[in-house]
Amino acid sequence: MAFWLIQALNGISFGMLLFLLAAGLSLIYGLMKVLNLTHGSFYLLGGYIGVAVVRTTGSFVLATLAGAFAIAVVGVVMERFFLRRFHLQELPQALLTFGFLFIFSDLAMVIWGSDPETMPKPALFDHSVQLGGFYYPSYRLFIIAFGLAVAAFLWWLQEGTRVGAMVRASVDNEEVARALGINVSLLFSLVFALGAFLAALGGVMGGPIVGVYPGADFDVLLLGFVVVIIGGLGSLKGALFGGLAVGLLDNFGKVFFPELALFTVFAPMALILAWRPSGLFGHE
Amino acid sequence: MSALVVSDVSRNFGGVQALSNVSMTAEPGERHLIIGPNGAGKTTLFNVLTGTFAASGGSVLLFGRDITQLPPYERARLGLARTFQITNLFPRLTVLENVLLALQAADTSAFSLYRRLRANVPVFRRAKALLDDWDLAAIAEKTAKEISYGEKRQVDLILAIAARPKVLLLDEPIAGLSAAEVVRVVGMIRRLPREITILMIEHDMDVAFELADRITVLHQGRLIADGDVAAIRNDPQVAEIYLGAD
Amino acid sequence: MNTEPRQRNNAACGLAAILILGMLALPYFLSSYYLGLAIEMMIFALFAMSLDLLVGYAGMASLGHAAYFGVAAYTTGLLALRLGWNVWLALPAGVLMAALTAALFGLLALRTRGSYFLMITLALSQVAWGIAFGWRTLTGGDDGLPDVPRPALNLPLHLSWSLAGSTAFYYFVLVAITVATLLLIRIVISPFGFALRGIRESEARMLALGYNVWRYKFVAFVLAAVFAGFAGCLYVYYNRFVSPDYLHVARSAEVLLMVILGGAGTLIGPAVGAAVIVLLQNLISAYTERWLLILGIVYVFVALFAPNGLVGVFLEYRASRIKRHVKRLNS
Repeated sequence: MAFWLIQALNGISFGMLLFLLAAGLSLIYGLMKVLNLTHGSFYLLGGYIGVAVVRTTGSFVLATLAGAFAIAVVGVVMERFFLRRFHLQELPQALLTFGFLFIFSDLAMVIWGSDPETMPKPALFDHSVQLGGFYYPSYRLFIIAFGLAVAAFLWWLQEGTRVGAMVRASVDNEEVARALGINVSLLFSLVFALGAFLAALGGVMGGPIVGVYPGADFDVLLLGFVVVIIGGLGSLKGALFGGLAVGLLDNFGKVFFPELALFTVFAPMALILAWRPSGLFGHE
Repeated sequence: MSALVVSDVSRNFGGVQALSNVSMTAEPGERHLIIGPNGAGKTTLFNVLTGTFAASGGSVLLFGRDITQLPPYERARLGLARTFQITNLFPRLTVLENVLLALQAADTSAFSLYRRLRANVPVFRRAKALLDDWDLAAIAEKTAKEISYGEKRQVDLILAIAARPKVLLLDEPIAGLSAAEVVRVVGMIRRLPREITILMIEHDMDVAFELADRITVLHQGRLIADGDVAAIRNDPQVAEIYLGAD
Repeated sequence: MNTEPRQRNNAACGLAAILILGMLALPYFLSSYYLGLAIEMMIFALFAMSLDLLVGYAGMASLGHAAYFGVAAYTTGLLALRLGWNVWLALPAGVLMAALTAALFGLLALRTRGSYFLMITLALSQVAWGIAFGWRTLTGGDDGLPDVPRPALNLPLHLSWSLAGSTAFYYFVLVAITVATLLLIRIVISPFGFALRGIRESEARMLALGYNVWRYKFVAFVLAAVFAGFAGCLYVYYNRFVSPDYLHVARSAEVLLMVILGGAGTLIGPAVGAAVIVLLQNLISAYTERWLLILGIVYVFVALFAPNGLVGVFLEYRASRIKRHVKRLNS
């Protein structure tokens, strides 16, 4: 029993990291129809910056903020100066974002080398707590709580605020939104920044449990895709549900079928795709 | 046998009833106009007839054959052709190539991987003859995105009639045209062979009354009136919708 | 309009003849290193042209095309290595496997379009990568399969032509690529290829005209995989090695880059794009370790400055020259 609970919690905490990543991917696609292949880089660079800041200052909070805000700025620059010219042209968008994936990946290699880095856990959560009959690392519980808090915040942002209403209006009909005086181009930058911010946040927070290593950008990008394919691009609910599902599938897959680790994630994705091409919560 | 029998057709979009229980019949060779204010469900009716949208209920018969469940391309093969409200051509292909694609659809050898397209001389000749016939030979080598809006409308119509359909659906073929272009396109519609049954959505009442044998009026997804020109002209409900709406 | 295209056709045939003669003479001028480079260029040219059938003609941007290249390479490599199958059996088996994989993936991916299609082709190709990477007992996992033997061509009349030498293998690839390219050209100029261009321009109109759009897209998807698979089989014989890298997303993206860099929808463009990238990679890798960085910059540059590819740049240049010429004549 304890085994199942521990594995489930491991899966859920990893799923929350995937949710942070996929929420941004999904938001960006939902508003501007950009499939951001650089999203994995945002995660990786956020993680590296976080490690660097924690080494120099010793503060986990500062590391998180520095990583997330720095990458949000990178996101805005990418959106303003590059992606904007290719509104609704998926091929140049794919080339651009893939190019940046390579550029950032190689730059990270130049700056941080090819050895994996580990982020130390914040002191506050550097211990285990007793849950019923077993001990469990409190940091993972913190990630679960944090992920849920972010989900609640994003939901409030989307449904309960003026900015959210403007985003929803722009998703429905961009031209009408512009005609209503909504500054759609500012929204684009904001949402892209928010997406980058969330991905980087995932990178820093994930540092202590999955590590920061060359190739993590590709790995998480692919898992992020699986999340949004299952949940449906453009849906917050889909990102949360998909994130949890992929986190659990990945974790239990690795435990029970280590040879076919990725397969346990991709096979259900293919089934869902066959059943609902636009994902569980996506709309045509 | 009637060309088209629509029985009790409905279509809803996530709870919004765009068409409710519409029934109508078009006889062979008829010029059947469909009118109604914006949002009346006219284009939705066309999309259900062509299979772009599935009907939520009801049935559609084409010359006695139930086509309600058929995909759009099979309906087209049975002789149901359409134009689009927003012109829908192949923008980066030439006008001649546009027409070739329309003719090739009816050609039994269309799904051929190894024959040369250019070797299909009869289809080429027919495409050129068609453009000559409709006075569009001058723009044959221009791409569809280069030609004027009025020319696009004409090419749109030619694509629809190229494969000699039995029933032709025209979705506002003269909307947005200049007066001279309207005369030209209306002339084209008049010139179409009488054996083609034509259903046409039109906003311009004068044109509608001039062309129609029969008129169906839709309003908010429902059929309001159905009859010949005189009957519709004198229908108080129709007058109310149109006068009330303006 | 009858004379001009024919003249252009003659010119194209002339150019092709010169190119082929040049290619035939190449082994007499090049060292085996550069001959290898030429082989690699030809193989990737075919790979890029196969993707062009999807991207440039049918308008379906796939980001998982390396899956078919890799599946075919693994199949052929395994059959040649483990079961000792000769090239006449192992190569068609590889191509067949690529086609079957594409048929399966196509059933899923073709239900979507645009960015979704891009993402799903990518994710599906990753399934194939996951199998190659994870199923160590069959595929050798990360280490790949080394020592795939170069084949000998067993011809009728008990003739056998060993392809172990680089010159012999070069000619083998040259013949194979030429035949495949001619087939591809035939496909794009056929009524089927024409219909694909129609689908690229407007699916809704094609449906309204009576085309079974799905069937065309499915056949195009499988055909593209067949040619990609053929390229993959040649590559495994050339490299004598296959690893999960063959079907990695990076390779799928690279072949997409080749297509766009050269000019989608032209066949010749993607072939040129492939040659340029292969050449760059070999030249630059000799001087610096930062190939990925430079490749990334190439991606960004192509998107920014040559979205219609080198062929597009060439055509624009010619059009502007003609315009200037006409202006001069008028004044």
